[in-house]
Amino acid sequence: MRVDRRTFLQSTAATAAAGMFSSSAWAEDPINVASIHDLSGGLDIYGKPMVDALTLAIEEANAAGGLLGRQIKLINYDTQSNMQLYTQFAQQAALKDKVAVVHGGITSASREVIRPVLGKFKTLYFYNTQYEGGVCDRNQFDTGVTPAQTVEKLVPHAMKKWGKKVYVIAADYNYGQITSQWVKKYVTENGGEVPSIDFFPLDVTNFGPTISKIQAAKPDFVWSALVGGAHISFYRQWAAAGMRKSIPMASTTFAVGNEHIVLSPDECNGMLVCYNYFQDLKNPVNEKFVASFHKRFGADYPNITELAMGTYQGFRLWAEAVKKAGSVDRIKVIDALETGISIDAPSGKVTIDPPTHHCVLDVHIAEVTDKKLKVLEDFAQQKPADTAAVCDLIKNPNDNQQYVIKI
Amino acid sequence: MDLVALLAIQVLYAIASLALISVGLAIIFGMMRVINLAHGEFLMLGGYAAIVATNNGVNIWLSMLVVAPIVVGLIGVVVERTIIRFLYGRMIDTMLATWGLSLFLVGLTTAIFGNTTVGISAPLGSFQIGAYRTSAYTLFVIAVAAVVLAAIFAVMRWTRLGLIARGTMQNANMAAALGVNPPRVYAITFGVGAALSGLAGAVLAPVSGVFPTIGVAYVAKSFITVIGGGAAILTGTVSASALFGTINQIATFVTTPVFGEVALLGAAIVLIRLLPQGITGRFFRRGL
Repeated sequence: MRVDRRTFLQSTAATAAAGMFSSSAWAEDPINVASIHDLSGGLDIYGKPMVDALTLAIEEANAAGGLLGRQIKLINYDTQSNMQLYTQFAQQAALKDKVAVVHGGITSASREVIRPVLGKFKTLYFYNTQYEGGVCDRNQFDTGVTPAQTVEKLVPHAMKKWGKKVYVIAADYNYGQITSQWVKKYVTENGGEVPSIDFFPLDVTNFGPTISKIQAAKPDFVWSALVGGAHISFYRQWAAAGMRKSIPMASTTFAVGNEHIVLSPDECNGMLVCYNYFQDLKNPVNEKFVASFHKRFGADYPNITELAMGTYQGFRLWAEAVKKAGSVDRIKVIDALETGISIDAPSGKVTIDPPTHHCVLDVHIAEVTDKKLKVLEDFAQQKPADTAAVCDLIKNPNDNQQYVIKI
Repeated sequence: MDLVALLAIQVLYAIASLALISVGLAIIFGMMRVINLAHGEFLMLGGYAAIVATNNGVNIWLSMLVVAPIVVGLIGVVVERTIIRFLYGRMIDTMLATWGLSLFLVGLTTAIFGNTTVGISAPLGSFQIGAYRTSAYTLFVIAVAAVVLAAIFAVMRWTRLGLIARGTMQNANMAAALGVNPPRVYAITFGVGAALSGLAGAVLAPVSGVFPTIGVAYVAKSFITVIGGGAAILTGTVSASALFGTINQIATFVTTPVFGEVALLGAAIVLIRLLPQGITGRFFRRGL
């Protein structure tokens, strides 16, 4: 075919028109939302309920007409409990899928892997897990509870009930290292003592020597910040050694992965935990939420976890901000979130705290009772005081680090 | 004093569990020179076999001590007949094949059972030593290890089957000339090694729980033990387990599990540097 000036102009004009047409159609394209969670491997006990909750939140939003007249498309990445995949998928979400927001990260280690990646590629990031606190980054919002909201409440409660000597066991990475320091701080402030803090890599399954060591130290109770499937064997071995009845236990992680359902009541009854959400919370929003969750995922769904609710609330907060901003543009959405956006969530009222990008929310202390979590005490509208003491993103929007507690 | 007794039980337990997870590998690697990278998955399958059987109403002792070894032993025979027998004497190829098998088994169990930790409560309850309590199941694991090692010794030393197996491993052609059928001996030996791994996985399942990738936690330790032990299967496994188990457990008790593992690996490195042929390369050379 001979290409002269006229045909060339015709064909390029047609292409340009097609290009314009497709960019005008772009407004009806769905909004991409990335989920980066571990759906297999040792951490899947946490990841699966989180993704289910996010799926439900997006389906509800789409059924209500989507956001800004556009449907929302969930792009799901399974990081397989493998840190390298977090980097890879975060880049893919930011650069290839050009998502409006990333919800994801379970362990604090994984969060610190994707946080700089998403910061570099200017993609908004929601971390929806309860964690050790202190992250100060304008690009990130944290919808989970932190030690000042939970440990601060649970330590005095447990010490009043059981005594002042607390033996701490924790997972050996940033979450366990930092959280155990918070436990120590609050125990000391309440007039107690921490004889020892022991750390365990995530794949340790033999706790025999540790159990002997704990018995030798004779604490009034044990505080567990153990994480993942392998660490469940601690509770089994603890019960098998007949220790559950003589030394009680409190935890910042137990039941988050439904350990209380995996284990028999004989192995974990009586343990105390403190979180933002429990499935049995009595309020109309929650009853409606649990009903629709069961309708979507089956009435035999074991338990809607703290992390699942964090993810659900994280998405709802983001969606609220998008509506307010009238755009999915990152800076506009961050500005909208920083007005202190608030939602009526199943866990109660949840409000973004602008200076810290964390949440003000209700927390509850509960006791493990026959595979259920029985709520004992409620604390309304707790502020993220730990992070607030060190972080003010309104004054220093360029701050970008995780503050670590110093004792 | 009570604490010393308790610690002694913990050390014995560490030795017993190391010996249990290694002995199946010692037979397959030590006798047949097959580097079975799917060894951890044999242990994992033993755990699943025991848990599935128990949850389906089989007596827990029966499912751990009978069902699990039989199931994994049969799987071992099938694996030997379909994969391993084509690869004798080709060490690198067996490594590749068994590694592939390991990935396949992890994938298969994940597809069937899901990637979550399952477990059964340890039976037997606990008992008191002075002011301390510990699980009676610990003693059961120690007893199982002792019985397994004694049984292997008895079979190898005093039965015709043991004699034929040892002879075939030393010189297959000579054994064949004397009327032995080496492929059958190989299949049986591999099956026995797999069955012992299944037994170990089942016995440890109530302690550690089972999930598809748990084999990874076992396989490195078993290889270290077998290589540290050296050529004599039984003496090597027992002596290496005793050395590594004691070091690991005491270091764990004095410091933390992290340093316990470090101490174990450090000891293994020093040992292999000083005794490249393993413990039985220098000591107990006439052991089995």
